[in-house]
Amino acid sequence: MKESIKNMESEKIAEKVESFIEKDVVFEQEAKPSRDQALLETGIIDSTSILELVAFLEETFGITIEDEELLPANLDSIDKITSFVSRKLST
Amino acid sequence: MQFSRNSLRIDAQETSEQLGKMILTQIRGTLKKGGAVVGISGGIDSSVVAALCVEALGPSRVVGVMMPEKESAGESKDLAVVLAEKFGFETVVEEISGGLEGLGCYRRRNEAVRAVFPDFDESRDKCKITMPSNILEKDTFNIFTLTVEKADGRIESKRMPPSAYLQIVAASNYKQRMRMAILYYHAEKRNWAVVGTGNKDEHMQGFFVKYGDGGTDLKPIAHLYKTQIYQLAVHLGIPEEIIGRIPTTDTYSAEVTQEEFFFGMDFYNMDMLWYAMEHNVPPEEAAEVLNLTVEQVERGYTHIKRKIKATEYLRMRPLGFEEYQ
Repeated sequence: MKESIKNMESEKIAEKVESFIEKDVVFEQEAKPSRDQALLETGIIDSTSILELVAFLEETFGITIEDEELLPANLDSIDKITSFVSRKLST
Repeated sequence: MQFSRNSLRIDAQETSEQLGKMILTQIRGTLKKGGAVVGISGGIDSSVVAALCVEALGPSRVVGVMMPEKESAGESKDLAVVLAEKFGFETVVEEISGGLEGLGCYRRRNEAVRAVFPDFDESRDKCKITMPSNILEKDTFNIFTLTVEKADGRIESKRMPPSAYLQIVAASNYKQRMRMAILYYHAEKRNWAVVGTGNKDEHMQGFFVKYGDGGTDLKPIAHLYKTQIYQLAVHLGIPEEIIGRIPTTDTYSAEVTQEEFFFGMDFYNMDMLWYAMEHNVPPEEAAEVLNLTVEQVERGYTHIKRKIKATEYLRMRPLGFEEYQ
């Protein structure tokens, strides 16, 4: 993994995740989700877009996400995704 | 009314009579059609619908169409024959493997399977896709996993990249869409109606193919929970071997139950939780009645709500300019 990614600050991670969700998941005329908004509950992500999100995270941050980690506790808001990615990068 | 383990009990005789009147009125009156065409699979839902149509219209105005393909379970056709003999309606067998080959159904699906398992050999190996089961035990995403059963007995499962998942589903959906086209052939040549066999669990949680098995003129049991279909089946005298069969998708080469493919929990708990949720039963009360924890009930409520919301588009009609305004 590149050193620049490993040391990425939380804010940078959040910005990348936010940009992906706003560009590839949410229709541009809809309100953008806030960082603590539950993405699944509100129907922003579904069983297809969660696969896209996981593929994006693995590719962008060079991490491997195990099946056991695919939990709403890790991935159900931009804040949760950011914390999860930060934890993965620090291990 | 208080929530109890009997909350889903129906008066099967009264329900059958009401559905019979509805089928007769809608087919002969509203649709101005002469009879009913039902796709029969040997499963409990299509058996109940065929029996209801016979009660409503008489056996001479019902035709059951069996549409097996090379990956169908062999017993499906045998059970459909048993049903037709018991209720006295005409049957037609349409083998659809050739049509599916022509459309590239198997080739396109296998190509996507090989993107995940490069050594998949469809002549020896079998495949299926599943969702997490036991969803009451932990809050999880509804992510499909691809499983390959090798000829030597090894079983391997992997999460799919979005492109493979979408291609497998799109290719497999040819099966239901081809069956819909065949049902309409048999309906139109008689000037009859196509009667759908989806129950409430399938209809509301999106366990059907839009313009496939969801493409029908009538959906007489789409308001009934699966557990209520079982009650109707007993009342109507559906053969025991059909009632006792475990519901499967009969879509993938490896056998997959509806619970592991889609619903994530057994039908009894799902239907009871759903009924409780719809009737605003507090989780504490539902937990006590169903012998579950409050957390399990809350997970069940959440799971069902998410499925209904995520599949709204499947139940939408084509959107016109009126809807945009």
